[in-house]
Amino acid sequence: MSLVVKDLIVDHGAIRAISGVSFTVETGKLSAVIGANGAGKSTLLRTLSGLNKATEGTAHWGDHNLLHGKPESHVRQGVSHVSEGKSVVAELTVEENLDLGALWRRNKKEAAETKQQVIDLFPRLGERLEQRADTLSGGERQMLAIGRALMSKPKLLLLDEPSLGLAPLIIEQIFQTIRGIVDTMNLTVVLVEQNAMGALKIADTAVVLNLGRVAISGSAADLIADPAVRTAYLGY
Amino acid sequence: MLKKHPLFGFILFGVILFLLSNRVDELRVFQGATVAIYVIAIASIILLTGYSGQVSLGHGALLAIGGYAAALSRNYWGAPVWLTFCIAVLAAALGGYLLGLAAARLSGPYLAGTTLALAIGLPSIANQFSILGGEQGLLYDIGLPPTSLGADFTQYKWYFWISALAALVTIYWLRNVMNSRYGRSWKAVRSNDVAAELAGINVGRNKVLAFTVSAGVAGLAGALLAMTISTVSPGAFPLALSFSLATGAVLSGVTTLGGVMIGAVTLVAIPEIVDTVVHRFESSEAVANNLPGLLVSTLLILTVLFVPNGPVEQMRARHEKRAKR
Amino acid sequence: MTQFIDMLLIGIGAGSIYALMAIAMVLVWRSTRVINFAQAGMALLSTYIGFELVQRTGNFWIALPLAMILGALFSALVEILLIRTLIKHSTTGPVAGIVPIIATLGLLGFIRATIGFIWGNQDIQIQPPLSKVGFKIGEDTIALSPMNLLVLLTVIGMVLILGFIFQKTSLGLSLRASAYSPEIAQLAGIRVGAIRTIGWAIAGAAGAAAGLLQTVNGTGAVSPDSLEFSLLLTFGFIAAVIGGLESLPGAVLGAVVLGLVLAVVQIYISGTLVFIVAFALLLLVLLIRPQGFIGAKAGRRA
Repeated sequence: MSLVVKDLIVDHGAIRAISGVSFTVETGKLSAVIGANGAGKSTLLRTLSGLNKATEGTAHWGDHNLLHGKPESHVRQGVSHVSEGKSVVAELTVEENLDLGALWRRNKKEAAETKQQVIDLFPRLGERLEQRADTLSGGERQMLAIGRALMSKPKLLLLDEPSLGLAPLIIEQIFQTIRGIVDTMNLTVVLVEQNAMGALKIADTAVVLNLGRVAISGSAADLIADPAVRTAYLGY
Repeated sequence: MLKKHPLFGFILFGVILFLLSNRVDELRVFQGATVAIYVIAIASIILLTGYSGQVSLGHGALLAIGGYAAALSRNYWGAPVWLTFCIAVLAAALGGYLLGLAAARLSGPYLAGTTLALAIGLPSIANQFSILGGEQGLLYDIGLPPTSLGADFTQYKWYFWISALAALVTIYWLRNVMNSRYGRSWKAVRSNDVAAELAGINVGRNKVLAFTVSAGVAGLAGALLAMTISTVSPGAFPLALSFSLATGAVLSGVTTLGGVMIGAVTLVAIPEIVDTVVHRFESSEAVANNLPGLLVSTLLILTVLFVPNGPVEQMRARHEKRAKR
Repeated sequence: MTQFIDMLLIGIGAGSIYALMAIAMVLVWRSTRVINFAQAGMALLSTYIGFELVQRTGNFWIALPLAMILGALFSALVEILLIRTLIKHSTTGPVAGIVPIIATLGLLGFIRATIGFIWGNQDIQIQPPLSKVGFKIGEDTIALSPMNLLVLLTVIGMVLILGFIFQKTSLGLSLRASAYSPEIAQLAGIRVGAIRTIGWAIAGAAGAAAGLLQTVNGTGAVSPDSLEFSLLLTFGFIAAVIGGLESLPGAVLGAVVLGLVLAVVQIYISGTLVFIVAFALLLLVLLIRPQGFIGAKAGRRA
């Protein structure tokens, strides 16, 4: 099962946010999507998860059409999106936030097992199950958001700027965790990031978006070595 | 030429109206007066909601203040009619000022709910004080038309002339206000009050001013309304009135003054249509009582869902779209 | 002393009915961000349906739950027809915030007119199932009758059931999450549209109970233009605001506070000032503590 996006065009009212983006992510690979602010990265994820409507083009996860249907239906096909800004429900407790991700699942026993797995992955969450989500630190909230996404037992994970606003040490931890999940759970991940270096270091492949178009794409290693990418996005 | 000299257009329209009033029967003249009054009342809502972005469901209460003020000043001070109108405007404006002070800090459903509460509770306030005449209300008699207008100049025609003149003057004045810097700053606040604040507009003061002006205009409508029925009582300003006015504003297109006649005419036309239907089909009392309400609310729901900015604005937008292509 | 106890009883009795209305409004507000002014209209319709049911079955105890179920269905229908259309055709620009308000107002007028159409504008009478004569403690009759007790118990029961549903069940978690963060709820796989409909259905049931109980607890008479229902709407709204539109327990508390305050005014001061005091209380809360006394930080800007 792979993610195949072809000639995707997305409009925000009168503005064309994405103008003809195509890329593929193979099963079990982590693909980084980097680019400047406003390049269309968030819009891309939101379109893949069903929050935004595409104007033209196709996007398939396996043979499931991602551009058709509500976000709720994509979740049932194994797509989980962590939207930008630490998407947790502030008024609910940590445990409730986690349970939220598994509400749609029929098998309650498996859901409970998943919850334990997530707590094992993020012990800090385990310590704070009864606390309200808005009492958590930035890093913990990001963990909770990812944890919530994992509770849906996804096969395709869409992450929108998980490093935003976090301290470097925490960012490091989170990136390591993400790489770990990809390896151990055989997830396919699309990681949108402004922290280009950090993302490229853990990615298998990468896509650079500029003004709604794919500027460069290839293996992460190639991109790190690419002088154009280095100057524009990696700062050296 | 009319576009460049709107004043000329207003005067011309006024002359046409006055000429017409001589040719139609009493019922139409009375309805004409009612239309003129609704025009003024709806314009006040357009000012408040369409321009200043504040929703008021209790404008009936402001009309009532104007009506009662006019009646009281005439009965207890013997004030001449034109003065009673001025007092009505001032009294209602004061009410609007106070309401505006509270309203400036509220928005959306809170403001709507509060003004609705006011509209619901007003009758009970009027019943409180005997000076307001309780359930029966007070008499408000503006007297006979001046003899200089001729012997067969009827009372209703007199009402019509006064209301129509008031409407013309009010709309003309409001047009100027909306195009002035006050109107522009209201629009700025309505679109984005944070940006407006940053641009140096005192948002709070702005909103209160809009409420005050809107209320004053509404007060005038209230006094005129009382004039046409020669009384002022809680029953003359029921909750249904506030609803009708809100409906009229939506039908007219709440963001622009241009369509204000549409709403006013519709509000007067519907009971008329219902009457005809009821008589034609000899329907029951239940139908007669409720069909107007049914039609008005259906119209309101349909308009607000599908043509929320009003037909005038909708056509203008479509025009612009076509021009772009 | 008896006057004081009477005041308490009246206040809590009235407050409990406002609580039902307030709960209905908070439910709709939290799930849809719309203040449904038609709530009173829907409660009114449910009351008339209750009237029909009492006529046909002769049994209030069947009529009440049935009316609540029908009220729930009707409310769900409104959500599906009206609200979803609103969302689909939602505009931007100056009228955007006002459109839902006007739409629910239009619905209120529509419902009232339809009721008048079908049942006429005269009062109809619903017989209370229980005695309205107060209980006797020793020699004195206190201001609590079997009917009052029924109302109180029903409200307490409903609040407990709703509280349980919201806090302890998956449905409740879905309802809360959909209200707080509809987007995150969607991404978590929750069918937010269906959940919202359920929220409205529950509100419809609560409103139906409020309308029917208020009618039989009062004069037993109801008409399409009934002032009592307008007041029910107003006081329900005020109670919800006092509690801070965001929480159900807050709505209940706000309603009880309002009921007590108004009872004090009615007994110790003057019955005719009741509305003015309620209105003043509304203004006071909105100006001093707009998020209500229970509600959290979120401002009163919708």
